[in-house]
Amino acid sequence: MESKNARLGLQLFSVYLLFYGGFVFISAFKAEWMEATPVAGINLAILYGFGLIISALVLALIYGVTCKGEDEVPAPPSTDAKSATAAKNGESA
Amino acid sequence: MIYEASSEAVILFLLFVGFTLGLSFWLGRKGQSSEGYFAAHGQIPWFVNGIAFAGDYLSAASFLGICGMIAVYGYDGFLYSIGYLAGWIVALFVVAEPMKRLGKFTFADALDAKFNSKGIKLAAGISTLAVSIFYLIPQMVGAGVLVQPLLGFDHWVGVVIVGTVVILVVVTAGMVSTTWVQFLKGSLLVIFSAILTWMILERGFEVQTGGIDGHQFKILGPVEIDDIPEAISAVDLGITDTQINMESAAVPFVRINHAEGAPTYWTMLDNGDGTVKLLETQTRRIVAEGELVNGQLKGTEKGQAELHPVGYVSKLPDGKQKTGPLGLASFFSTLQNSEVVLWNHFDLKIEGESDTRVYYQKPTLGSQVLRPGEHPKFAGIRKESFVGKLNFLSLMLALFCGTASLPHILIRYYTVKDESSARKSTIVGIAAIGFFYVLTLYLGLGAMTSGALDVTDSNMAAPLLARSMNTWLFAAISAIAFTTVLGTVSGLILASAGAVTHDLMGTVFGMEMDDQKKVRVAKISSVIVGVIAIVLGILFEGMNVSYLVGWAFSVAASANLPSLVMILFWKGVTKEGVIAALIVGMVSSLGWILLSADTFKEVYHMVDHPGYTPFGQPGIVTIPLGFITLILVSLMTKKTAE
Repeated sequence: MESKNARLGLQLFSVYLLFYGGFVFISAFKAEWMEATPVAGINLAILYGFGLIISALVLALIYGVTCKGEDEVPAPPSTDAKSATAAKNGESA
Repeated sequence: MIYEASSEAVILFLLFVGFTLGLSFWLGRKGQSSEGYFAAHGQIPWFVNGIAFAGDYLSAASFLGICGMIAVYGYDGFLYSIGYLAGWIVALFVVAEPMKRLGKFTFADALDAKFNSKGIKLAAGISTLAVSIFYLIPQMVGAGVLVQPLLGFDHWVGVVIVGTVVILVVVTAGMVSTTWVQFLKGSLLVIFSAILTWMILERGFEVQTGGIDGHQFKILGPVEIDDIPEAISAVDLGITDTQINMESAAVPFVRINHAEGAPTYWTMLDNGDGTVKLLETQTRRIVAEGELVNGQLKGTEKGQAELHPVGYVSKLPDGKQKTGPLGLASFFSTLQNSEVVLWNHFDLKIEGESDTRVYYQKPTLGSQVLRPGEHPKFAGIRKESFVGKLNFLSLMLALFCGTASLPHILIRYYTVKDESSARKSTIVGIAAIGFFYVLTLYLGLGAMTSGALDVTDSNMAAPLLARSMNTWLFAAISAIAFTTVLGTVSGLILASAGAVTHDLMGTVFGMEMDDQKKVRVAKISSVIVGVIAIVLGILFEGMNVSYLVGWAFSVAASANLPSLVMILFWKGVTKEGVIAALIVGMVSSLGWILLSADTFKEVYHMVDHPGYTPFGQPGIVTIPLGFITLILVSLMTKKTAE
């Protein structure tokens, strides 16, 4: 379950990385593209910036919903969870 | 500008801060075991923790720094919003769940889960301290900024007040109350920012020639250069001579000497046809009797002067004077085709006189305001030189990687009960933070055109914007922002205290501590870190807080991220590799910052020093350096580890 989540996480991360990388590289090397106003008189810099913020949320929700089915293991009572972690760390609580 | 406290603002402010502190103390009663003090017993509901993420994260940097930078330079401040939010993607998709799985109290726990090494605890503990203290500086600077217009105190008083209150909160409370206070503030900050945005849209834009104090800035001309003395004598009396200076400042200007009183300055705007426009400036100079503002002693009495508030639209599309209420999209499309008067400054060194700082009008097209690359720190992306572009890439990389490496964000993963809660609270955090960051662009541009800006301090933009709308709103926003600073600072101090107690004292120095002693050691360390933060907050006054935070992100990302990520994804990591990566990342990024031209100019006040680094932002060099160090050292020490 962990590795499945991790794999999905990495896939979504790559998608966002490409999108973010696009923004950063256009700003750095083709800054004038950002001045174009393709939609409703709003320039690309604002559209792309808002797009990055909204897509972060969308990807996060996709991740949340997809992982949800895997939460079937009921969360252990917190004291157990803690002692389990503590045992892993070789420390006492 | 001179700030006078308004009584309703002060009352509302004190009520709000008092309520928060009361809540904090009341909740803090429960948190006295070390489990409770550092991790709130892992019992915080995920939704609350998610909003508390927003409360922790939307600190002085976001609210004051980003709005301020947008208000003064335009779009560039929004680059920080984009980068800060993008960092959460790294936190959610890569770091959140393993962090929760591996750790218990501190970020060092997670790094050390596999190795149980004192060296790692020591290095990670020191790095946590370094990053937290670096991140504390902008928060404290921000606190000073908030208190100034609200209570009329000096910057340093604000810093001392925040420092003291935070130390009180942390010493009496712990993670339970810090979390609930952050939840409260996180929600209020987002809600009130939304209200403020709505008011900005309702107000729309109006063509002005000056700020809200009623002073109208003069623009003379067009005139031929030879006719300048005549044009100025029409509005300025007692002139003895006129000196035209094309070279020694960022823009050409005219100095006007008078028979009595201080000289005045006008900047020249070339019309391209042999004529120029003359633009009124504002000046500041320190003399024996005190501070001279626009040639008069600074003050509010008769015969004294203060700097005028600025920031207004000078032209609207189709020659309109006023737009009326605007929509979310038409706000931008209208501004795109307008002209705004921004303000900039240059310093004049004249023999026999103390230095004069001249603030000048810079009429700027809306299309320029809304594009990246207008801020001097980002101007590199519009130039041919590769170094400027690298500096930009470096900052954007640090912002992307920094969030997931910030100790005070990472410890928040220990306040929820399991990995699924860690994940859900991160998603809630992203939603709240993302929404707020969208608002920052409206808030910043709203402040830019509010007529209320202080030319001397960009950090003041958001509170001054609120004050230009309504005193009560201003009080509420300031109170929320102030307590948000309190909360972020207490989170940071708790993270540092945790590092000192668990990682340094407990593990490295092998101090045997029972639960009570742990909490006591943590409280003592909190006081010490708090005092350091106060001192640094006073030293760094006036630097844009977002810029400072950018540096903190660089240090966090360079020191912590390589180890965090490699431990999760590469089996070959050795403990020597982790230690080396932590130290190399931290030392190289800190060293880079301390030796950069920006630091020489802003912190050491050596204005002309070129610094020893090719550009200001270390991330693009020092983050990969951390990764390479980790891989190389791990490969070299692999045999020993086996």
